[in-house]
Amino acid sequence: MSLDTILASAASIAAIFSALMVIWQRNAVISALFLVLNLGSVAVLFLTLGGEFLAAVQVIVYAGAIMVLFLFVITLLNPAPLKERFASGPVMTGLTFALGVLFVAALMRGIMSLAGAGGVMASVGEEYGSARSIGELLFTAYLYPFELAGVLLMVAMVGAVVLARRQTAGED
Amino acid sequence: MPLVAYIGLSAILFVIGVMGVLLKRNALTIFMSIELMLNAVNVALAAFARHHGGLDGQIFVFFVMTVAAAEAAVGLAIFIAIFRLKKTTDVTEINLMRW
Amino acid sequence: MDAAMIKEIGEIVVRMLIIFTAVFTGVGYMTLVERRVSAWMQDRLGPNRVGPQGLLQPLADGLKHLMKEDIVPAGAHRMVFVLAPILVLVPAIASFAVIPIAGDAINLQDLGLPWDWQIKPFIADVSVGLLILLGLASLEVYGVVLAGWSSGSKYPAMGALRSTAQMISYELALGLAVLPVVLTTGSLRLQTIAEAQAGTWFGFIPHWNVFIHPFGFLFLLIAIFAETKRLPFDLPEAEPELVGGYHTEYSAMKFVMFYMAEYSTMIANAALMVTLFFGGWQVPGLALSQPWMFLIQVGAFSAKTFFFLFLFVWVRWTLPRFRYDQLMNLGWKVLLELAFINLLVVAMLVAAGVM
Repeated sequence: MSLDTILASAASIAAIFSALMVIWQRNAVISALFLVLNLGSVAVLFLTLGGEFLAAVQVIVYAGAIMVLFLFVITLLNPAPLKERFASGPVMTGLTFALGVLFVAALMRGIMSLAGAGGVMASVGEEYGSARSIGELLFTAYLYPFELAGVLLMVAMVGAVVLARRQTAGED
Repeated sequence: MPLVAYIGLSAILFVIGVMGVLLKRNALTIFMSIELMLNAVNVALAAFARHHGGLDGQIFVFFVMTVAAAEAAVGLAIFIAIFRLKKTTDVTEINLMRW
Repeated sequence: MDAAMIKEIGEIVVRMLIIFTAVFTGVGYMTLVERRVSAWMQDRLGPNRVGPQGLLQPLADGLKHLMKEDIVPAGAHRMVFVLAPILVLVPAIASFAVIPIAGDAINLQDLGLPWDWQIKPFIADVSVGLLILLGLASLEVYGVVLAGWSSGSKYPAMGALRSTAQMISYELALGLAVLPVVLTTGSLRLQTIAEAQAGTWFGFIPHWNVFIHPFGFLFLLIAIFAETKRLPFDLPEAEPELVGGYHTEYSAMKFVMFYMAEYSTMIANAALMVTLFFGGWQVPGLALSQPWMFLIQVGAFSAKTFFFLFLFVWVRWTLPRFRYDQLMNLGWKVLLELAFINLLVVAMLVAAGVM
């Protein structure tokens, strides 16, 4: 086993465990913490896939911005932890879990067909996934989607401000 | 790890996310489950990009992150507005529009 | 284990020992420097009793905190309460892994030691080192917000909300302020950025980025004051209004961890400023053989970093505190725009081939 494989396996186990904990915990803050752990392990997986820049961006954007926003809102609202772990009774919950396992099994069957000749990773050079190569692609072939993403963020920002601001007296 | 392992992991994470959306009561946790699903897709995209030796998959991950960021901003703003009105984040209590 | 592997592990261990020992010593003595300098500015003596000139004071302080009772408040969320100081300290310390402290690697034999080990001047050589630093800086928010939340008390919660908002706001300006350097250097690797600042103009002005990007440096300086939560931006722990901010409920070693995190963030940010804008370890016009080159470069890097640490202390005891709305206005309505305009102008100049 190479170092990469060990690292990727450990990160995978951490990712699955933390994902399960996200939906198992009652307290939203603890859930959010486990989601951060999940995002971190996915960043490690990106590293093993040759995405150095991607891993850094994952940490900065997801862990550093999105999840901080989540935690900020949770602590700001500070809702009391809910008594029930899940929305429906034990029978429905068990059924949902069973269906989930079944669904994963079905997906795995399909995925396993990749295991033959089509499942090998291409060999890539030093520059694969570097900031330079990603930037070049982003500003040439994907320039138009990139600009649209900028517009999307702008709209989201305006939307968030409008939605979250308190209606003061004298406004309609 | 071989490609199969990455895609399998992605499938498992995605299904966990789906179950979170279906099962949880807390609106914030449901929202986190959606992030979980988006993230699972990111793993698959990056793995397939590596499989083909191209970077297009990684570019897609960037766009997914952009969408996730926009979604988080707007979604959390909606939660704040709802919380001011109803004083709860329990989705089973937020049913004014249901009938 | 064969000899090659022992050698490789040994090299890494020596690297980490050098840098982390330096950091922890620096953190300890920064507390002393802060107290002595503040005393000096206020015409007092400051702590000078423990050891010569009070040099053993940090040790005494550490010992005192070790022996104090470790209190966990009744309303606290125990697990998160313990986790929070760790989450603040770890990113602060980890950021030193990517900062280069000298130019070339040094062989231990040059220092008269019996091992033929090449010691590189950084712990990890990462091609996206600058991004890692920014990412770690943004991870520090977690410990703060969790400390405030888990204390289960009013003032820490308020302090945590304030500091989270402040850190998120100024992170953007911080990122935008350093990007012009990346544009002109063409790399995110900190060693490459430091190396690119070699040489002089007209033989006496060093080829440092601060002369190319004066505005970028100014914006970075302001953003760093806000990120480290120091005066004039220390609203998260403003004692007249918030008792002590997010770590009000902490005591003993956990409290020390917050303190250590604060000072190691300061040192890391000072080192970042030096690396990006003041040539890092560069000493213009110096050419010596190893090991003198290495030692002098490390010394130059430390001296430059210490200058900024002194500046932090100096400003703290000079300027009054901002009001919270002033802080937010400055961050969102002034600094962000100016940093963005600066970035745009630099980008245009680079595209036009001027820079």
